[in-house]
Amino acid sequence: MNRLKNLFKELSSYPSAVIGLIIISILVGISVYTIISIPYSEAIRLWRGGEEVWFDTPKNALPIWTNWFRSAKLPDTIKMNSEDASIEKSIEVVSDDTTTISFSFTFDYNFDDFPQEISLFFENKYDVKAPYISLRWLTPDGREIQVAEFKAEHSKDYRFTQDSKLERRLDGLPAVHGLFADLTAERPFLVRGTYQLFVDAMMFEDDADVDAELVVYGQVHGLAGTDHRRRDLMVALLWGTPIALSFGLLAALGSTLTTMTISGIGTWFGGWVDEIIQRITEVNMILPLLPILIMIGTFYSKSIWLMLGVLILLNIFGSSIKTYRAVFIQVKESPYIEAARAYGASNIRIIFSYLIPRIIPMLIPQLVTLIPTFVFIEAALAVLGLGDPILPTWGKVINDARVNGALYEGQYYWMLEPSILLMVTGLAFSLLGFSLDRIFNPRLRGM
Amino acid sequence: MSNAALNMEMDDTPQEETKTGFEVFSRVAKYSIVRLVMLFLMVLIGVYLTILVANMGGYVDEMRRGFIQEMVSVAIFADESAEMKRMTPEEKNRLIEQQVALAEKRLGLDKPFVIRSFGFLQNAITLNLGRADLMISDSGSKTVRLILLERLPPTLVLWGLANIMLFFMSLFFALFLSRRYGSLIDKLIIALAPTSSAPAWFYGLFLILIFAAIFQILPFGSMVDAPPPESPVMYALSVGKHLILPVSAIIFSAVFLNAYNWRTFFLIYSSEDYVEMAKAKGLSDREIERRYVLRPTLPTIITSFALILISLWTGAIILETVFNWPGLGRALYRAIGLYDTPVIVGSTVIYAYLLAITVFLLDFVYALVDPRVRIGGKGRST
Repeated sequence: MNRLKNLFKELSSYPSAVIGLIIISILVGISVYTIISIPYSEAIRLWRGGEEVWFDTPKNALPIWTNWFRSAKLPDTIKMNSEDASIEKSIEVVSDDTTTISFSFTFDYNFDDFPQEISLFFENKYDVKAPYISLRWLTPDGREIQVAEFKAEHSKDYRFTQDSKLERRLDGLPAVHGLFADLTAERPFLVRGTYQLFVDAMMFEDDADVDAELVVYGQVHGLAGTDHRRRDLMVALLWGTPIALSFGLLAALGSTLTTMTISGIGTWFGGWVDEIIQRITEVNMILPLLPILIMIGTFYSKSIWLMLGVLILLNIFGSSIKTYRAVFIQVKESPYIEAARAYGASNIRIIFSYLIPRIIPMLIPQLVTLIPTFVFIEAALAVLGLGDPILPTWGKVINDARVNGALYEGQYYWMLEPSILLMVTGLAFSLLGFSLDRIFNPRLRGM
Repeated sequence: MSNAALNMEMDDTPQEETKTGFEVFSRVAKYSIVRLVMLFLMVLIGVYLTILVANMGGYVDEMRRGFIQEMVSVAIFADESAEMKRMTPEEKNRLIEQQVALAEKRLGLDKPFVIRSFGFLQNAITLNLGRADLMISDSGSKTVRLILLERLPPTLVLWGLANIMLFFMSLFFALFLSRRYGSLIDKLIIALAPTSSAPAWFYGLFLILIFAAIFQILPFGSMVDAPPPESPVMYALSVGKHLILPVSAIIFSAVFLNAYNWRTFFLIYSSEDYVEMAKAKGLSDREIERRYVLRPTLPTIITSFALILISLWTGAIILETVFNWPGLGRALYRAIGLYDTPVIVGSTVIYAYLLAITVFLLDFVYALVDPRVRIGGKGRST
């Protein structure tokens, strides 16, 4: 305990170690928060749910904070539902079997750019005959535009932007432009103010009802933006953190601990055991790691945990065996080992209680600097399209961005967010590792 | 500066003892041959393991059987000749079975896997890698060997250039920093060393973002402009332009850490007594650096560089994918997308070879500069 305290005391004199530790604790904090606030099943639903989960978010929307840096504010998404109490429905009986329901969506539009899309999602109740809907649009400058008339089935989606009739009525402008611009002006410009959409529904049954949700898709969404499938990137960024950290830590721990043990056993027994371990290490050195992982990913399974296992397996006989061996050979000749042998300690006891503890100081910095290597290998596999099929990871977001041409289309946030997180994680661990290296290897101190 | 370090070898040898020139040569040759044989054995084992992974659970065999079955049935059912038309479905099925059995026997699929695996091994080692399922080489061949060999030159150009530049830049920086130990630039490089925790492909993404997407001064990727320029000079210039970003990515990802590590070696060695002695003798700084600092650290530096090279090869696949570089890595990436097993196995084998060749070349250089091999006697102690 005291030693740990001393270590922290010493670490705090290295600014880079302090920065590294702070970043790592923030990352761990984010991981804990993520796992508690978005449980695994919820994350999977949000990330892989399908259109019904993502329907009301815009496509490829920028993060909301980009508005802080521009003078023309991009619109946020506006959502209104007729089931809310704020929207009043007026019901009028026209004849025996015909009633009309009308309601209107009223909203202020004070942004400097046009929305991305406008859609109306109906939720209608009827038995046989579907209600007949007509839509009117009222602009702040008092113009009324006839939008559309149609028969609305149980869950009809009306997308303004895909209605070519509406487009013709709006002088051939796309619906988002036409509805929000002053068409009488020579060069149509965006009109700010209160807009209204009137929904008049004609019902042909007694207990029929009409409800609708209006979504005016903005161009910004959330703190992270969205991707090509309208998914909120925040889910992947948040969940990527615990996955990256645990993957890196488990792989680093698994490989260093096994390497250390094998190296210790080899050096202690010497002779043919050592010889075999040395040769395996040499063969392992020329085994192409990534192609083998790729083969396994393509032929068997892309599961992140299988990859983790294989990665550890391929790293057991890594080149660090030789480094440890050099130290073990020196330690093996120390008097205290001699003493242990003299009182009859078993081989296992000598290896695990006397040999291995001696290289732990050397091991800790190496373990910490290894973590980012593995985090990046996971990302690399994802970039090659071999990411875990279920879990959202940073690498998969980078891959999505790359494959969908985010860089060509200027959607830099999409590529940058996961990359910066990866970078920060890598830097934090290597900053800490460098400082630990100096503390445990006094020879490097002051150099 | 760094060239001098290697040339020193040639300068020194005749000076020391001319008559041992042959002896040195034979020692280096002997050492190299032993290493070559060792490495070949290692490649053999490595490739065999690759084959085992690729065939684990007979998965690949299963795929090939399925493929044969499908080919044969399609051929028979598509056969519209009168003789075929007279056959009943049962007869046709029997015919299919016969032909499948024949095809399997011809391909050796009827023998147990252990025996066949050695056949595979022999084929793989001799680069007799079979035919691709879907991919075709630029010359229109389906032979895996041709597909992969066609991809080799771009890979070698990119990695050769990047690694040679990386080596000399790191050496130069390291010497420069060890001379200015404790200065601002020294501290800056130390501060930048942790950036090497991210691999080259990752910096590639950033470089593409900055120089191709935002400033639009360098290409996003690929090797030459489309269409390729006619004259060889323009062609080379175009390749050069496309090389800038990937090479910078590789160098950037490793140069700071290398400079930092090697600088530390230099500093450790420059505190040795014999360096003090040389200083006392009044030798110039350059002289001391060349003879007493660089010389003894060279073997250590080469070993450390070998390890870096090996880890860089691993990143080659993704870097080429990110930059759309038409090399081996990109071929492998495409093969993954198309599930083209022979190409995937073939590229893994080629990568094993490339790694072994890299290790051998560095061993050879090591033998040239390590006095224990060159002058001493016992060879390299591992």
